[in-house]
Amino acid sequence: MNKPDTPTLAPQPGLPTPAASWHDRKGLVQIGLLALLLLAPLAAHLLGHVYYVNLASRVTLVAMAAVGLNLAIGYGGMVSFGHAAYFGLGGYVAGISAYHAFDFTPVIAWPIAIPGSDSMLAIWLAALVLCGLLALVIGAISLRTTGVYFIMITLAFAQMMYYFANSWPTYGGEDGLPIYLRNSLPWVDTNDALTFFLICFAGLVLSLALTSRIMKSRFGAALTMARLNDTRLATAGIAPYPVRLVAFVISAMITGLAGALYADLNGFVSPTMLSWHMSGELMVIVILGGVGRLYGPLAGAILFVMMETLLGGLTEYWKLFLGLVLLFVVLFAKHGVMGWLAGRERHE
Amino acid sequence: MTLFIEQLFNGLQLGTMLFLMASGLTLVFGVMGLINLAHGSFYMVGAYATALATAATGSFLVGLAAGIAAAAAVGALVELIVIRRLYHRPHLDQVLATFALILIFSEGTRWLFGSSPLWLNPPALLAGSVTLPGGLRYPLFRLVIIAVGVAVAVGMYFLISRTRLGMRIRAGESDREMIGALGVDIARLYTLVFAMGAALAGLAGALVGALQSVQVGMGEPVLILAFVVIVIGGIGSIKGALYGAILVGVVDTLGRVFLPLFFRQFMPSSEAAGVGAAIAAMLIYILMAVILAFKPKGLFAANE
Amino acid sequence: MSDVVLSLAHLNKRFGALQATRDVSLDLRPGEIHALIGPNGAGKSTLIGQIAGSLRPDTGSIVLAGQEITSLSVAQRARLGLGRSFQISSLAEPLSVKRNVMIAVQALQGHSFRFWKPVHRDESLLAPAMAALERMALAHRADTAVAELSHGERRQVEVACALALKPRVLLLDEPMAGLGPEGSARLTELLEALKREVPILLIEHDMDAVFRLADRISVLVDGAVIAHGDSATIRANPQVREAYLGETTC
Repeated sequence: MNKPDTPTLAPQPGLPTPAASWHDRKGLVQIGLLALLLLAPLAAHLLGHVYYVNLASRVTLVAMAAVGLNLAIGYGGMVSFGHAAYFGLGGYVAGISAYHAFDFTPVIAWPIAIPGSDSMLAIWLAALVLCGLLALVIGAISLRTTGVYFIMITLAFAQMMYYFANSWPTYGGEDGLPIYLRNSLPWVDTNDALTFFLICFAGLVLSLALTSRIMKSRFGAALTMARLNDTRLATAGIAPYPVRLVAFVISAMITGLAGALYADLNGFVSPTMLSWHMSGELMVIVILGGVGRLYGPLAGAILFVMMETLLGGLTEYWKLFLGLVLLFVVLFAKHGVMGWLAGRERHE
Repeated sequence: MTLFIEQLFNGLQLGTMLFLMASGLTLVFGVMGLINLAHGSFYMVGAYATALATAATGSFLVGLAAGIAAAAAVGALVELIVIRRLYHRPHLDQVLATFALILIFSEGTRWLFGSSPLWLNPPALLAGSVTLPGGLRYPLFRLVIIAVGVAVAVGMYFLISRTRLGMRIRAGESDREMIGALGVDIARLYTLVFAMGAALAGLAGALVGALQSVQVGMGEPVLILAFVVIVIGGIGSIKGALYGAILVGVVDTLGRVFLPLFFRQFMPSSEAAGVGAAIAAMLIYILMAVILAFKPKGLFAANE
Repeated sequence: MSDVVLSLAHLNKRFGALQATRDVSLDLRPGEIHALIGPNGAGKSTLIGQIAGSLRPDTGSIVLAGQEITSLSVAQRARLGLGRSFQISSLAEPLSVKRNVMIAVQALQGHSFRFWKPVHRDESLLAPAMAALERMALAHRADTAVAELSHGERRQVEVACALALKPRVLLLDEPMAGLGPEGSARLTELLEALKREVPILLIEHDMDAVFRLADRISVLVDGAVIAHGDSATIRANPQVREAYLGETTC
């Protein structure tokens, strides 16, 4: 890209700013956020504050779940109000598998016996597959519609999962299901808070890298066009529906994997993970951070958990203030934290 | 058989309440193109105001009037301060802003009135039960609720098809620019429609509050059922809201009672209760999925 | 039959009481521009919708290069070689011109479910896109966002997108609409050069352009084709003068 001839040329709205400086600022903010997330728990670990290490794991997993949602909302333009379904399903996969491993009973006895497992690798695989399948079914129905219908239908399907978990007595119903022993990985001690954080961190970095890579690929180009102008996409000869559906499924799988880890972090899974408040909070995190920005979910998750911890320490009614902040961001500061930190997003 | 009829009435009662919620939601969407999650908050406001005013005056009727008025006033205020900035925004912004309103209303109410439920009893006059033809004894208050729902449905029909306001609402649904060109004060019309929807939600909250209890978050399950109703009925269609509400109310109620009984035919009764309850909880969502598979725009799509 | 790339046979479409398309038959031959004209409300948009696939005719058939396409979707028809431009520009505004055209190249190659390789330096996408832009004399604007283009330039991008599909047929819906005399003269020139490569079904209001470009003209009034012929025939046709020229005064 050519540099402008006159070095004093001020960046103007609407005109591409010089590419180098823009990338620098965005890159710095992104590296800064990741470094902050990595270094804070390391410091906490050295100072012996396990609580803060776990808090960082929470930020990381919430961010990862929101990275998944951002792929649907931000990049695909599919306003899913039901991503708690995948977050919660991932959590229940971890919980149910651990429950049966603890009991030495099969998860399913018929037609084939599937035993429980306390191996995280098996659980992650199962969470990815099941969340992908659930999203395939929900997406296939919901994506036949658009706009408000899509929002309400995704919400309704998540509620279906919520009520189902609530009234299915085997796994604790509304009381939820404890995970007595954190699920394990070969060679590492998942019970160590810092080790577990690093596992979560790796998951977040992987999902960020995956999202970034996908969005630069041909599939990403098609998805972007499906969001910006699906008539153009169809006119070019690419049917928008399968493109959206695949993106929706990938999005749900990322969120579901985060959910499986989240249940392990808390040692507990309950219908709360499936509730529409959870869907709403994930959306809030995406918006607070900056919708459609790769690192927006991370920025949003840091802000959200900080507010929850700081305000929640001051008042039991902290969500009142969350509501006010959210209202302000939606009405007046549309580009979120990343817009404020790293400038407006620019398309190539 | 009496159990079936009794549950059918319960389903109708739930259906009429859902209609009160759904008609406001669907009207606001049809006329202003707005998705409003905070509609459940007006339901809660109506219930709280009714409970407080009834406790203060000792009269349920006065309380009910206060509840409806409070919901309408809060609705108008919210429209003036927040909602009107959202009409031209994407649905995502509308969802988030009204989600923020839910947080503000719920936590604000919890702050003011605490987490424990308020008590609101139906008036003594309506407390008993009546014997219906066929020998079924049924609570009078529930019958009154059904009657109120029917009266509102009839009232809405006349309002929309026969009055000047209704004409403007219909014009607004079909062509938003047109109605401005006709010289109708759109801003005022929108506030009015929004407050009307809020008042209906407040009415539903007050009536159901007297039946169950008045507490923070009471509007949320109803809100989501109301969403299912208008998705089934077709967003923007009052008629769709009516049919959808009755359908959802009856299917949900009957499912919860009869599915466990049904499963008891071929499995142990403790297990049957669990399986039946779990499937019953999903029943209306399955119904919604099936209807959408055939009619993606709902049964009575308003703006094709 | 091999002489016809696109043929419409006895199309009918009714919306309630309104018969929007009445027994329309027309065809497009290699190397020609066939113009479709008609006053507002004549049913041009409905007809285009049926050709492009966003509307289904009630009866009748559409054949593209020997293949019946009447019940195919928009995307399927595009893959079979139907390129179109829209009356109201339908580009992705925030994206660069290049990216708008590249999506068509990508569609042509049929590899949209590739998740790994970045597109931004993919020569197999970029080169054909640039060639299409070159054709429309827009290569110098390749990196500009569509939102910053002039009205006329957007029209050219629209046509470039359609061209990038290597279409068998171009369906251009009022490409001159809203262009000044200069812009429309320029586009006329570009289309003139294009027609030998790909036949064009041109729906157009600008009569100067139509009479200059079209080899054949069909006139649509009230959903039916009332006249058909070369420009001299159409100019002389009294029915056309009454129904069309008399009404629009242009």
